[in-house]
Amino acid sequence: MSIEELEKIAAQVRRDAIRMIYLAQSGHPGGALGATDIFVALYFAHMKHRPQPFSMDGQGEDVFILSNGHICAAWYAVLARSGYFPIEELKTFRQINSRLQGHPATKEKLPGVRVATGSLGQGLSVAIGIALGKKLRKDPHHVYVMIGDGECNEGQIWEAALFAAHHQVDNLIAIIDRNYKQIDGDTREVLNTDPLEEKWRAFGWETLSLHEAHSLPAILSVLREAVSLSGKGKPIMIIAYTTMGKGVDFMENDYRWHGKSPGPVEYERALAQLPATLQDF
Amino acid sequence: MRPRFVDSGAKDTRSGFGAGLVEAAQKDSRIVALAADLTASVKMDAFAKQFPERFFQAGVSEANMIGVAAGLATVGFIPFVGTFANFATGRVYDQIRQSVCYSGKNVKIAASHAGLTLGEDGATHQMLEDIGLMRGLPGMTVISPCDYNQTRLATLAAAQWEGPVYLRFGRPPVPNFTPVDDPTFEIGKIQVLLPGSDGVIFATGHMVWHALQAAYALESKGLFIAVINVHTLKPIDEMGIVEWLERTPVIVTAEEHQVHNGLGDIISHLATKYRPRFVERVAVQDTFGESGKPDELLQKYGLTASHIIAAVERALKRQDR
Repeated sequence: MSIEELEKIAAQVRRDAIRMIYLAQSGHPGGALGATDIFVALYFAHMKHRPQPFSMDGQGEDVFILSNGHICAAWYAVLARSGYFPIEELKTFRQINSRLQGHPATKEKLPGVRVATGSLGQGLSVAIGIALGKKLRKDPHHVYVMIGDGECNEGQIWEAALFAAHHQVDNLIAIIDRNYKQIDGDTREVLNTDPLEEKWRAFGWETLSLHEAHSLPAILSVLREAVSLSGKGKPIMIIAYTTMGKGVDFMENDYRWHGKSPGPVEYERALAQLPATLQDF
Repeated sequence: MRPRFVDSGAKDTRSGFGAGLVEAAQKDSRIVALAADLTASVKMDAFAKQFPERFFQAGVSEANMIGVAAGLATVGFIPFVGTFANFATGRVYDQIRQSVCYSGKNVKIAASHAGLTLGEDGATHQMLEDIGLMRGLPGMTVISPCDYNQTRLATLAAAQWEGPVYLRFGRPPVPNFTPVDDPTFEIGKIQVLLPGSDGVIFATGHMVWHALQAAYALESKGLFIAVINVHTLKPIDEMGIVEWLERTPVIVTAEEHQVHNGLGDIISHLATKYRPRFVERVAVQDTFGESGKPDELLQKYGLTASHIIAAVERALKRQDR
C-alpha cells in the first residue's frame, strides 16, 4: 500500500474517531488522534495479521495489544477498516448492547481484542505473556503493545520492564505514546517520567526514538528497524513522540481533550479539519 | 455406624498442590507455571526442576506475574501462578479482575499460606479476606480443599477446569484423612463426610478436620451432627446445601477466614434465598491475627473443635426457644 493510501486511511480514521466520540457524547479524543498514524502503519502496512477468521490465540500472526485502552476509538476504527468487523458497527461505540465497549473488552467478543485493558499498567505484562507463549510454540511472529506515557506512572509497567529484559523477551516490540500529557496535565508536572529513554535503556531494553511520530514513512522505518533488532536477546521499546489531538488544531497538545466529547460547535470545527477521504460509517 | 476419618499422618496442603502440579503437567504439556520468589515455599520447586522451560520466575512482582499468566493463557497455555494468599489476591485484585476474569483467561491462582495457620509471620501475611475477594469476581471458581490428598486432587481438577480458578491452601502440616484418589471429589459438589440428623456443620479448608472432631465429640453425648465439606465455594452447590437446610434447623459454619464474605455468608445467603435458618458462624471475628504457633492462633481466635461444639450448642438452644 502506498504512503498516500495510508495517509488517506489515517485521515478517515481520525474522522471516524471524532464521529464515534461525538455520537456517544463520551470518549477520549486526544490520545486517539495522537496514535492514529501508528495504528494505521501497524495494521495496514507493517504487521502480518489475519482479520478473518479472528483467532484469539494469535498463532501464526503478529499480535497487537493496546494497553492504554482509553484511546480505543481510533483503534476500533482501524480494526473495522482493516476487516475485523463491519465498519457500520463503529456507530455503536460506547452505546448499550455494543461490542465496542468504552475500554477494550473480550466479553462481547469484538474481533481484534485479545484482553481487556483500561485499568492502566496491565497490557504490557499480558503482551509479554503472549510473546513468551509464541516462543514456547516456536511461532516466529512478533507481539506489539502500545502503552501511554502517563501509564508509565504505574508500578506494574516497571515490574514488566524488569521481567521482559530478564527473560530476554526479544520478540516483543513496545511503543510508548509519548505525548507528555495525562489527565491532570503535563506529565512533567503531574509525575515526571523523564528521562524516559534512559530509563528503558537502563532496564535493559533496546530503545529507539521516533521523533516524526505522524510521518508514515518514519513510523514504518522505525518499525522495520525494531524488527531487525528483535531476536537478539532484548525486548524493544520505541518511544514515539506523538502530538495529542493531532489533526484537530484546538485539541492539539491540550490535556483537557484527554477524555471528553466535543460539543456541537467544536464538532463542526473538528470535522471541517477532517474531511472524509473514504466512505463514512 | 458413621464413618471414622483417621489421620494417616500430618502433611501440609501446599505439598499436595506441588505434587498435583507436577502430575498435571506430566499429563498436559499446556501447563506452565510462574512463581514470585516463593517457589520452594509454595512447593513449585519440583515443577521448576522437571519442566524448566515451562517455568517462569517472576521475582517479587506479583502484578506483572498475573498479567504474564493472562498472556500465556491467551496463547492457549494453562498457567498456574503461585504465591502466598495475600500476594495472590489482595495485592493483585485489579489485575485478576481485569486481565484474568473480565478477559476470560484460563489462569489458575494457587494461593498458599492462607489463614491464621501461616503462624509466626503474623497478620501481614495471614490472609483472611481472600475467599470474599475472589468469590466476588464474575467467572472465578474458588476451591478450598481440606487436606493434602484433596489439595492434590483439586490441583488436578483445576488443571482440567475451563476458566479462572482460585485454589486456596495452607502452610503447616495438618491431618491427612481423605482417600488418596477420593472418587467423591468433584469441583462444585459438596461432600457429606458424616451424615447426621441433629444438626449440620458446613466447613471448608483446614476447619473440616476440626468439624469432624467436634461431631465425634458430640456423638458421645448422643448427638448426631452431620459434617459437610464445602471445598468449592464458587460455584456453590446450592441444591446440595439446601437439602441440608431443609433437614435441620441446627446450622453451623466453620472457616479459617473472616466472618464476613466467606462460607458463613454463603450459607446465610442460601438460607435467606431458600429456607430461612439461623446460622452460627465459627470464623475470625473481623479482626487481624498476630504471630504465634498455628494451634495457639486457632485457639485464641476461636477456630477449634471446642469452639465448633459451642456453636452447635448455641444453635441447639436457639432451636429450643
